[in-house]
Amino acid sequence: MSVTTTQTMTEAPTFVEAPLDGRVPSGPVETLWERTKFDMKLVNPTNRRRFKVIIVGSGLAGGAAAATLGEQGYNVECYAYQDSPRRAHSVAAQGGINAAKNYRNDGDSIYRLFYDTVKGGDFRSREANVYRLAEVSNAIIDQCVAQGVPFAREYGGMLDNRSFGGAQVARTFYARGQTGQQLLLGAYQALARQIAAGTVKMFNRTEMLDLIVVNGRARGIVVRDMCTGEITPRLADVVVVGTGGYSNAFFLSTNAKGCNGTAIWRAHKRGAYFANPCYTQIHPTCIPPVGEHQSKLTLMSESLRNDGRIWVPKQPGDTRPADQIPENERFYYLEELYPSFGNLSPRDISSRAAKRQVDSGRGVGPLRNGVYLDFADSINRLGQKVIADRYGNLFDMYENITGENAYQTPMRIYPAPHYTMGGLWVDYYLMSNIPGLFVIGEANFSDHGANRLGASALMQGLADGYFVLPSTLPNYIAATKLEKIDENADAVKEAVANVTDITNRLMNTKGTKSVDHYHRELGKIIWDYCGMSRTAEGLEKAIQLIPELEAEFWENVRVTGEAGGINQELEKAGRLVDYFDLGRLMCIDALDRNESCGGHFREEYQTPEGEALRNDEEYTYVAAWEYAGAGEMPLLHKEPLEFETVKLATRSYK
Amino acid sequence: MRLKLRIWRQKNAGAEGKFVDYNLDGVSEDSSFLEMLDLLNGHLIDRNEEPVHFDHDCREGICGMCGMVINGIAHGPKAAITTCQLHMREFKDGDSITIEPWRAQPFPVMKDLIVDRTAFDRIIESGGYISVNTGQAPDASVIAVPKTQADRAMDAAACIGCGACVAACPNGSAMLFTSAKLAHLNSLPQGQTERFDRAVLMVNQMDAEGFGGCTNIGECEAVCPKEISLDFIAMMNLDLLRANVMGKGKR
Amino acid sequence: MQVAVLPRSSIGKKALMAVTGAVWIGYLVLHMWGNLHIFQGAESFNHYAEFLRTVGEPVFSHAQVLWLIRIVIVAALAAHIWSAWDLYLQAQRARSTNYAVKRVVQANYASRFMRIGGVVIILFVLFHLAHYTWGWVTPFDRADPYRNVVIGFSSPVIVLFYLLALAALGLHLFHGVWSMFQTLGLNSRRFDGFFRGLAVFVALVIPIGFATVPLAVLFGILS
Repeated sequence: MSVTTTQTMTEAPTFVEAPLDGRVPSGPVETLWERTKFDMKLVNPTNRRRFKVIIVGSGLAGGAAAATLGEQGYNVECYAYQDSPRRAHSVAAQGGINAAKNYRNDGDSIYRLFYDTVKGGDFRSREANVYRLAEVSNAIIDQCVAQGVPFAREYGGMLDNRSFGGAQVARTFYARGQTGQQLLLGAYQALARQIAAGTVKMFNRTEMLDLIVVNGRARGIVVRDMCTGEITPRLADVVVVGTGGYSNAFFLSTNAKGCNGTAIWRAHKRGAYFANPCYTQIHPTCIPPVGEHQSKLTLMSESLRNDGRIWVPKQPGDTRPADQIPENERFYYLEELYPSFGNLSPRDISSRAAKRQVDSGRGVGPLRNGVYLDFADSINRLGQKVIADRYGNLFDMYENITGENAYQTPMRIYPAPHYTMGGLWVDYYLMSNIPGLFVIGEANFSDHGANRLGASALMQGLADGYFVLPSTLPNYIAATKLEKIDENADAVKEAVANVTDITNRLMNTKGTKSVDHYHRELGKIIWDYCGMSRTAEGLEKAIQLIPELEAEFWENVRVTGEAGGINQELEKAGRLVDYFDLGRLMCIDALDRNESCGGHFREEYQTPEGEALRNDEEYTYVAAWEYAGAGEMPLLHKEPLEFETVKLATRSYK
Repeated sequence: MRLKLRIWRQKNAGAEGKFVDYNLDGVSEDSSFLEMLDLLNGHLIDRNEEPVHFDHDCREGICGMCGMVINGIAHGPKAAITTCQLHMREFKDGDSITIEPWRAQPFPVMKDLIVDRTAFDRIIESGGYISVNTGQAPDASVIAVPKTQADRAMDAAACIGCGACVAACPNGSAMLFTSAKLAHLNSLPQGQTERFDRAVLMVNQMDAEGFGGCTNIGECEAVCPKEISLDFIAMMNLDLLRANVMGKGKR
Repeated sequence: MQVAVLPRSSIGKKALMAVTGAVWIGYLVLHMWGNLHIFQGAESFNHYAEFLRTVGEPVFSHAQVLWLIRIVIVAALAAHIWSAWDLYLQAQRARSTNYAVKRVVQANYASRFMRIGGVVIILFVLFHLAHYTWGWVTPFDRADPYRNVVIGFSSPVIVLFYLLALAALGLHLFHGVWSMFQTLGLNSRRFDGFFRGLAVFVALVIPIGFATVPLAVLFGILS
């Protein structure tokens, strides 16, 4: 095995002095969006069909945007790697979707949802975006109900709500444990209607592998038809990327196996800034891994924490079964440490607390890698039937996977990578720094700061897709002179050649180790050094290890089969190529951010009790990284964050 | 665990397929069925052979991507789960397992265990939606939906579109899938305006795709990972008959 | 109204089968009830046979009602068979490749016996016509139906064939009656038990009612 030694990247990154402008219009945040909508330019209804919009991804953000832009009359093309838009990973969200309806009359308001989200994000998000998100949240619920999303109802026929982590009001709308599925089906059906109407053309099993930039504007993508292997350019006036997050960089995550960072990473390589890559969310309630064969981790909805109590044995190394540990020898650590939020503490807090317990030797289960989520009290209080009505499908799922009955023995849970708050940088209009490239949903960085609250991902995806993008995208079209381009333009040919080249290199390496082998290795590095807690030393090590592994990959990977036709190994290999670089950037960003905030926890920066210690003086900015070439140190742009409405404060859930 | 696998291998849509036998050792009881196939594929790659291709994505039983006929039963021997949720503890050491793709003319095999299910998308496109543009919705609390109705709609809406119903049906019928979408939308007040048109249009598309008719034997219901009920087929039948009598479905 | 287009869809064909099946169940009940007159003796039975030809007079002329019924049931049978055949072809096209391993999870035997059972029943009907309408099988005197029945069932082989056909009919009815309500959309979880029960009742009463006659002849109760 020969290893090309890449230079280690431990020197401080160069940053660009000029602050990055988020193009937030000035004025009070409460009326900003309404005024912006009026100020933006419009496209005449009869002209719309002459503009082609490419949307990559068909989940909540992409699917909703494609449907809505189709309804408006644009000529839309939508691309997805799955065999149907209905399978986008939004489908797997279980718990619910937030909205500031205040149907409970428990003191909720748009302002409170905005405040909770800014605070939940540990004051690392853009105020104006978050306010807009809270503002349109109500319209989302209206839209979904009209589409026929079967939200849970009370006997009187009114919509039911439950509460979720990080909030003291019940503002979460849900459809059993399948809210994501039902919302996605709503968007999918709206999309299907537009496909039938001919305004949207759907391309399934088609993967975006490059962005085409002509004269500084995003003008198309290069795709690989996953059935035939054909690589072709697709040109358009605007490109929208809604391809989700990059948690699969960890290999083991709750994301679907196909979720990938390729679209956003290749756009990044074409010049789009990548913002806050180190903000990754580790979800506290997942089923702990059981062995080497593990291919992914399974999330159990956070809603379980409404009725389950989290505990570990007080005594480290206690191997007694749960039912033999008496009450006074149990440590209900969330309830004791965070009394006002208890088991419903935000995700980052809960995850780190679980890690601390397991690290201290109190872990439970055969591999001692979990904590208990115990429903005994709720079952005693409410009866098994009520619990089964609320979470029956989750209990069944748990039993399928672990072979244990959670009505009788407590569930075992442990945190797992789940969501990435980081993503491509976008301005207030959801446009990246490349004009004509819009980024929506989890793929952008915008609304969740350093930590996302439960039931907010669905809200953001749909807000971007149904309401924000369909207002801001026309403004770009109306304000821009879009010249005609054709497939023979140099930029187009170059992008196609680039994709063909990567494919050929992968097919021709003909080494000995599988793609999964390298992905597992990469995942271990990122999980160990850039997972739930990070140190400068560890990150430096990871920044060194990742390029070494990547070099070995290029020497020794084996991609079986042929490039033409269906080849799942080739698909995986192409995605892994980007995870190497993305993983490295995650570490570079984590190393640069000398503070702890939200999902980013640096061991050097913590309070004596082990809580995250922010450094608002120096780090109240969005870190937007500019690609500087393979193996080069990226360039750092800083977008300063100003908190005019919400006061910067230490985030406390005690 | 040690297993004898017999798997359908087919290079592409046009190629002839055949069964290939594999002996697989060292399977963990805790692994899922797809992880068992991952293990096999690891060995195949080591031998420089092409791995067995199969559709899969979320591996949590919700995306509907995975699906194979395992020893003659769609999604395998355990009821109410998808293939990805099937775990190897359901099998015994030394078991022989035959794995086949979904078989139905409207679901052509693309490679190994991967089939093309876009026919389902076209059925939805023909009318499986409520026609409401973004922005047209009234406040969500305007329409009260009795809990029983909402629950019934949710029972039907739980369908994940995996195609097991078609695979299990000796007639290759897509009635359970189509009726689930119809029952979801037709059970709700929001869906009443287009109710009968929807029934006619979706059933026409279902037939046009080449799916078979229903003989009410219930194999679809038995293998459905989401336990979609035959009741919805009855509901669809009645809606269609009423729609025909009313002369609906002309768009 | 576009009832005429109904049979174009698979569900329409199924509905046609359900309705024509219901016509036949009605006919079978009448037929069975009529047959039971044989236990009242030769005179009563022969009188009943004559009644079938004279019913409806003077509005209808001789045997007109009988012919109307015949036309309706033949048409119903033809529609039933045509739908079944067409749906069979559609199913064959939809499932052109079979599985190497076949397993049945919950479908009962009756439901899977419908097509074969249907063919058995048609063959039986033809034999039955040859036997008692055209009189090609056993000695036959159009004026004395009672004697025809007694002679016709004196052969154990013929009785056995009748019994087998009635068993096939029972299975066909067991699935068919329930299926009828399902196909016409009248079934739901609430009524499922009732319709299943009704199906069992019909599937037992009709074949048993018919079976009493050949058995009675065979065991010398009727002579």
